[in-house]
Amino acid sequence: MSRPMVLRGGRVIDPSQGLDERLDLLVVDGRVARLGRDLDAPKGAEVAAVDGLVVAPGLVDLHVHFREPGDEHKETIRSGARAAVAGGFTSVCAMPNTDPPIDDPAAVGFLRAEGQRAGFAHVYPVGAISVGQKGEEMTEVGELAAAGAVAVSDDGQPVWNAGLMRRVLEYTKAFDIPVFSHSEELGLSRHGVMNEGPVSTALGLRGIPNAAEDVAVARDCIIAELTGGQLHIQHVSTRGAVEIIRAAKARGVAVTAEVTPHHLALTDEAVRGYRTEAKVKPPLRSAASVAAVRDALVEGVIDCIATDHAPHHYEDKEREFDDAPFGLIGVETALGVCIRELVVSGRLDLPELINRLSCRPAQIARLPAGTLAEGSPADVVVFDPEVRWICQPEEFLSLSRNTPFAGQELVGRVVMTIVDGRSVFARGADR
Amino acid sequence: MTARVTFGKDLTGLEGLSAEQIRTILDVAEPFKEISERPIKKVPALRGKTIVNLFYEPSTRTRVSFEFAEKRLSADTVNISGVGSSVQKGETLVDTARNLEAMRIDMVVVRHGSSGAAQFLADRIPSNVINGGDGQHEHPTQGLLDMLTIRDHLGGIKGHRVCIVGDILHSRVARSNIWGLLKLGAEVAVCGPPTLVPPGIEELGVQVFKRVEEAIEWAEVLNVLRLQLERMEAGYIPSLREYNRFFGISVARLERAPRDILILHPGPMNRGVEIDSHVADGPHSVILQQVTNGVAVRMAVLYLLAGGSPERAEAAKRESRE
Amino acid sequence: MQTEPSKIVMDEAAVRRAVARMARELVERNAGTEGLILVGIHRRGVELADLLAEEIERSESEDLPRGTLDITLYRDDLSVIGPRPVIGSSDIPADIDGRNVVIVDDVCYTGRTARAAMDHLADFGRPARIYLCVLVDRGGRELPIQPDFVGRHFEVTPAEDVAVLVPQLDGRLAVELRKMDQR
Repeated sequence: MSRPMVLRGGRVIDPSQGLDERLDLLVVDGRVARLGRDLDAPKGAEVAAVDGLVVAPGLVDLHVHFREPGDEHKETIRSGARAAVAGGFTSVCAMPNTDPPIDDPAAVGFLRAEGQRAGFAHVYPVGAISVGQKGEEMTEVGELAAAGAVAVSDDGQPVWNAGLMRRVLEYTKAFDIPVFSHSEELGLSRHGVMNEGPVSTALGLRGIPNAAEDVAVARDCIIAELTGGQLHIQHVSTRGAVEIIRAAKARGVAVTAEVTPHHLALTDEAVRGYRTEAKVKPPLRSAASVAAVRDALVEGVIDCIATDHAPHHYEDKEREFDDAPFGLIGVETALGVCIRELVVSGRLDLPELINRLSCRPAQIARLPAGTLAEGSPADVVVFDPEVRWICQPEEFLSLSRNTPFAGQELVGRVVMTIVDGRSVFARGADR
Repeated sequence: MTARVTFGKDLTGLEGLSAEQIRTILDVAEPFKEISERPIKKVPALRGKTIVNLFYEPSTRTRVSFEFAEKRLSADTVNISGVGSSVQKGETLVDTARNLEAMRIDMVVVRHGSSGAAQFLADRIPSNVINGGDGQHEHPTQGLLDMLTIRDHLGGIKGHRVCIVGDILHSRVARSNIWGLLKLGAEVAVCGPPTLVPPGIEELGVQVFKRVEEAIEWAEVLNVLRLQLERMEAGYIPSLREYNRFFGISVARLERAPRDILILHPGPMNRGVEIDSHVADGPHSVILQQVTNGVAVRMAVLYLLAGGSPERAEAAKRESRE
Repeated sequence: MQTEPSKIVMDEAAVRRAVARMARELVERNAGTEGLILVGIHRRGVELADLLAEEIERSESEDLPRGTLDITLYRDDLSVIGPRPVIGSSDIPADIDGRNVVIVDDVCYTGRTARAAMDHLADFGRPARIYLCVLVDRGGRELPIQPDFVGRHFEVTPAEDVAVLVPQLDGRLAVELRKMDQR
């Protein structure tokens, strides 16, 4: 076991306990031992003065792609988990669309073991809904859950077959895990490469209408209502989807939703110049959509923020827009983007932002995270909420560099990250 | 003395040009028309320049037009077409770009199936890049030659009503026409099956007609786009016959127009689909003049870009006191 | 282009005298007007060619064919100086094969314009001979080219500029010496 640790003098924000005050935090045996004023450091303890910094429960990302197995040149479980802690995330849910997909218990076990071996963020596997993610035959969901999958999803692809979506929302109830849905109607989005609107018209790029998302979210919400299963809508990007989720929640449907930092911060204007770093699914939308998802997050219709961290090799993005893959990386920029877009502008205060980046997602996936309550695992992020920094992808710990935020000024940056009581990241000390 | 109009390194589209720049290209094209009428159709303006025509999509018309333009300016030209070349052997566009750069060529004319490909190349090589049509984005020299042809016949662009008819959604010609014509003060409309008109196109500043009869009632110029057969296969229209019946430009439809209408078509035509033969060959068709003007406009573009930067233009004023 | 206050070195009368003299010399050298075509180089050479033609027509009572040349596309310095957005048209009214073509320009300096004009003429045919006629020879040649008929010689440094003014473009007929701003 690691040495005891005292974080002295930080602003402790823990929404799970309604805490926001200057306190010391004592970590012993990998767990939060005490929160209080002027705590005595035990013998041999490591003491870190964190005056002026925020001390919060480690961030939780329900949506990352770590590319292993299959595309280890883009990201590995180790590199992804290391990048995650650099961004303050201590728990991440890894999507199953690897090659081969995570559709059997052995693959789930591999992911967990690799995550533990890496020793950075906790890596929680998300199992596939269908065998081979082909959208046909349901995977052994019970076995996946028993092996450690915290949710199932066919993310990367939508579940095009409504019958399969019904069965999996029914069946997962037995194992008490949520179904994460990448909701997209392919009949409306196929061949599209960006948001459909004036920008796609000007650029001559094929568009993906909002309706491609709205139709699928509506279908999924209706099936969730039919089945009583727990549905989590991934990467909400449209006003229509927000309204459908709002209505479903009002009817008592067990639906939750996430939004990505990029959908909160960027519009389809970011694509101009054929910037493949801004090619992502769902696509970056209009300013009206960005306003809608921001409002929905503030109101709580959208529960949490997840990055959809999707690494791609530079060669894959350095090509014609039509041929470049969808996706952008996010774990190392999420906090800085969210503080800039939400806190600086006064939409959310810091405690509420931490709630949406840590407590709420932990609840949705039922993870032992998102709290600094005494006795809980000592997963802690320490960050400077005010520092302004320029996003320079070459400094990232991720193996990939595909971010549309390159060169932008972000606000707030992680100083230290602690997982199970061990300091796994300290800025400046790491390289 | 008017201020000298300068040009950037590349011509990727008309969206990024000023009205002044577009007017300059059209004005410079005028004397180039005359060169093509001479017994010796060649001037030495681009002697020693190497130009690569990099055509990832087959396009006899545009490539030949550029090639004539280049040769009449005395440039050395090399054609690389998609079929059978390294571009078909999986070489990426960025590698092709680097190879061209290594061969120290001066200009590249690129035709590519992906929107943004010309910009992609332009951002990566020091040579001048001229967009010969990229995906569904722009085909700036086609837009320019259409405008030159309209100007020849109507005496100007400003205030005239031009309707682009057909597959607007997939048309780079439509986009270049829209940007160019709007910048020069024309009124622009589009007309086509609603499945082939991009949603929100009004935001670019154009009117939309749902019925071709309304377009004919309104317009002084119809720019009739080619209908690709693939559109039918992809389900945008039920059949070519139906397209011709409801959207084809026929003599009968034109006879009901309140005025003579100038007929343009970027070619190659599908006679009996988007345009009837009697219209294409009729008295108001300027389709062949478009082809002639195409060479002149491309000569103008090549000439203006070859000269390069504003600093050079400054130097020009100093050195040209002879 | 900023210039210092300029100095008139030839007034209208002086220009007209020089043109009249060149007209006489030209007819004398050519032994009449047989086969002559006057070709002015855009832009001021065109007006000077007109003045010259009027002089010859007055004394010889013969109509002379006149043409114009724009040598922009024949310059050898496109990549040095950049393109000119204004290109005039070249208009040669008659077959020049076997004719005596007089290239008329305002100033002869490096000789590059005359070279370009000769290249350009070659695209129209093969003249029996080509004369070069300029109002001002300011020296400073970079090519082995000399004018056949000269209105006036001036020794001018590269920092100075000789400006020929013509009525249609400048509102008056004169030659000015200007100091070029050395910014």
